[in-house]
Amino acid sequence: MALISASRKDPAAPSQDPPPPSRPGLLTRLRRKRLSAQTLLVGGAVIVVGYLAVVPLGYLIHDTFLDADGSGVSLDAFSRAYGGNSQSGDMLLNSLWFALGSAALALILGTTLAYIQVRTDTPFKSLFFAASLVPLIVPGILYSTSWIFLGDPQSGLLNALLFKPLTGTSPVNIYSVWGMIWVQGLHLSPVAFLLMVAAFRAMDPSLEESAAMSGASRLTVLRRITVPLVRPALISAALLMFVQSLESFEVPALLGLQNGIYVFTSRIYFVLRSYPTDYGAAGAYAIGLLLIAAAGVLLSSWLQRSSRNFQTVTGKAFRPRPVELGRARPVVGVAVIVYFLITVVLPVAVLVYASLLKYYAAPSAETLSSLTFDNYRQVFDMPLAFTALKNSLILGLGAATVVMLLTAVVSWVVLRTKARGRRLLDLLAFTPIVIPGLVLGLALAFVYLRMPLPIYGTLLILLVSYCTRYLPYGMRYSSAAMAQMAPELEESAAVSGASWFQTFRRVLLPLMSSGILAGWVYILVVSFRELSSTILLYSPGKEVLSVLIWEQFENGQFTTLAALGVCMVLLLVVLVALAYRLGARFGLQGQADSSN
Amino acid sequence: MLTVESLKKSYDEAPGRAARRKKRDTTRTYAVGGVDFEVNDGELFTLLGPSGCGKTTTLRSIAGLERPTEGKVALGGRVLFDSAQDVNLRPNQRGFGMVFQSYAIWPHMTVAKNVSFPLEVMPRAKRPSRQEIDHQVAEVLESVELGAYAQRSATKLSGGQQQRLALARALVTRPELMLLDEPLSNLDAKLRETMRFELKRLQRELNLTAIYVTHDQAEALVMSSRIAVMNEGRVEQIGKPREIYTRPATRFVAEFIGTSNFLEGKVVAVNGGEVEVDTPHGRLVAADPPRKPVVGDPVLLSIRPECVDLSRERRGLPNEWTGTVRTRAFLGDVVDHIVQIGDTEIRNRSNPTLSIPPGTEVHFSVTPDKVTLVPVG
Repeated sequence: MALISASRKDPAAPSQDPPPPSRPGLLTRLRRKRLSAQTLLVGGAVIVVGYLAVVPLGYLIHDTFLDADGSGVSLDAFSRAYGGNSQSGDMLLNSLWFALGSAALALILGTTLAYIQVRTDTPFKSLFFAASLVPLIVPGILYSTSWIFLGDPQSGLLNALLFKPLTGTSPVNIYSVWGMIWVQGLHLSPVAFLLMVAAFRAMDPSLEESAAMSGASRLTVLRRITVPLVRPALISAALLMFVQSLESFEVPALLGLQNGIYVFTSRIYFVLRSYPTDYGAAGAYAIGLLLIAAAGVLLSSWLQRSSRNFQTVTGKAFRPRPVELGRARPVVGVAVIVYFLITVVLPVAVLVYASLLKYYAAPSAETLSSLTFDNYRQVFDMPLAFTALKNSLILGLGAATVVMLLTAVVSWVVLRTKARGRRLLDLLAFTPIVIPGLVLGLALAFVYLRMPLPIYGTLLILLVSYCTRYLPYGMRYSSAAMAQMAPELEESAAVSGASWFQTFRRVLLPLMSSGILAGWVYILVVSFRELSSTILLYSPGKEVLSVLIWEQFENGQFTTLAALGVCMVLLLVVLVALAYRLGARFGLQGQADSSN
Repeated sequence: MLTVESLKKSYDEAPGRAARRKKRDTTRTYAVGGVDFEVNDGELFTLLGPSGCGKTTTLRSIAGLERPTEGKVALGGRVLFDSAQDVNLRPNQRGFGMVFQSYAIWPHMTVAKNVSFPLEVMPRAKRPSRQEIDHQVAEVLESVELGAYAQRSATKLSGGQQQRLALARALVTRPELMLLDEPLSNLDAKLRETMRFELKRLQRELNLTAIYVTHDQAEALVMSSRIAVMNEGRVEQIGKPREIYTRPATRFVAEFIGTSNFLEGKVVAVNGGEVEVDTPHGRLVAADPPRKPVVGDPVLLSIRPECVDLSRERRGLPNEWTGTVRTRAFLGDVVDHIVQIGDTEIRNRSNPTLSIPPGTEVHFSVTPDKVTLVPVG
């Protein structure tokens, strides 16, 4: 807060805080500061971040606690949401059970795979990274749909083709908490994998080698050295998995609602879609969800309190001597292939299969003989499909550009200046990561239904929402790029006579370009799958691709959905491939930079 | 030319905030605690000291990269920083050239682009034409023998070449003052020695004024016109290399530069230019002390090992003592003997033709003008 009020005060009236007589230069300094491009740009960035992160939450809290006649504070919304026969206890338990279970599954799978990939001589090393692309190219809504095709108690392929012939029963039921955990955990495991790969790579292997030289066995080294060293990374990965599962909307909505299994997000959606709409109760659920996420953050920072002093990330990639698996090598190899089949091949294959059917059914001689491209024809004839594609592209490009420019400036303020409140700014920019998409959508609806700005019902409100949601991701890319760069590179430009703006444009931005570009493409890609905030904010004619898919699901048009999904996956594959080509080219230069 | 007056820098708190809380200076720790010096035209002025002594902070304060807590920095008549008048020019307004320890070569630019950058960012009124820029860049690259590499990517250069590129970039605007922050410390030992002479040659030929920061005493002695020895944020002594070496003003300087034997004693007589000092092991005569002591003053005597003259026979020289050789160490170009006298050890450094086995009784002497009186206190 200090930061925002200070920066707003700067150009405004200094009369509030009269300058002490001992410092005659203050006024001239203020005037000089006001004119510089640096102050304008930095001040602007600070205000925008503050606005994006703080205003929606403020409105959310305000509107939830407002009582019916709009004048006093009341807890009515909470009693409507949690009291009586709302079954909120079940919902709370389901939410926690689902989030913790998915996080645990993702973390265990991801960490094990990361250790195997980085530290052992396992076969198929490149397969790991192919699998890690899944969450990028198969959005949650499609992944859930695929698992419906696979795990539906009646028509699911696993039951129809595997268990029915073998055991005569249909044991797999995807419409359960276990099913939800399975799908969410699998979908998140590549994210955990990537985070832990980075942690294992950043660890200096000589730390382990010196333990081995001190006489520790391989198991002791793992327990006393390796695990404690990656603990900080492990905890932050666990937090991220937990929060992402908690805020996941697609999985609980597609798999849970069928059997009336509610979690926070699906309950908020349910409340908002019933008539009359109880915004207060939805707000109360949203605040409950935020509190749980915040508790997770507090818990993880409490767990991390002692591990700050040994940051293992040195920015340098080590290539340790791999552990030889020996006779276990073929077993590990098979496990890797099975993992790849389950997470990637099966879901994608079933989606393609479903897209070629008239009605979804397990493969038989009859279904296989009637495969058709009708669904694709239907998709291309849909006038809305092109509007949605156009809107998705506009939003993706817009959000990626705005966020990366904004975070480039913000990360400079946070990492390179000693400005007061820079930590607060950092915190603000990261806040949206714990705001579930649905909550943000609701909060933004509160804001722009009241504000006189004519944003509601346009693409602009979606852009604001996307920028807020992806601010933390952009921040991560920008500050990583900034931190990698030695401050002397800027200082030498300043000493050479370059002004702040010249330094920013000619030294900082070009050097950060690889990181910024990577972040830009990442945001562009993830914007395509955004559903949870969009679903509350879009209006007819402003659909995006993910909303279009959602509408197919609601109408029960599973085969059209599959065709649309296949198109979307192809589009994302192209985008990700493009990103990797760019990343490879710029990444190479990035390595040369850091070795300098 | 450049004057630095009572420069102080504390990292404890921002000055504004401290003032608001009405805190007194007593709670602060200073990285630089009141430094004064003056750099003359055409001089290579060295700030020498161990790591953490405040030399780099002082240099960065002069460059404008750090904002000092107090003090004044002026170049000729131009005030660059003055805490009293609240003047603090930004680094890009000061017009210095600087070479960083890490060289800070911009990896996204070619060699030529790195060098032309300072010219290209000049204010439009002062900026030379494109042709002129190209000409100056070629010229300065030639002077550091990088002419053939102009179009290479800067990251493709070796360590020594990057070092010269950093130098060329700092030189290209012909700045009034060059700031060099440990520019040779990232080079290997051989290259470092050749670069010392190379830098010195360039500085003489171009008549540069430079401030040079280093922790390497040999480097400082070879290159400097004058040296300021710093310790714990303060200047211990300023002087020409020879003065610093032969006439250290404090125990710290004597210990930090080269090695020295120290003896504590008390002045018993002052006759003209000679001072007689009583030490626990006998009397020593010191000639031409920088500051005349008074009889009864406690003093510290510093004797360089190479000034200790070792012999098997008593020769009746002034300041001649007798002791026993404890250890002998052969270092190639020299040989060291450590001689025990009472509970004190005296280190001698001689030509390797001299070699006396441990246990032998020896006589050693020091000519009075090689005995340095270091003020105590």
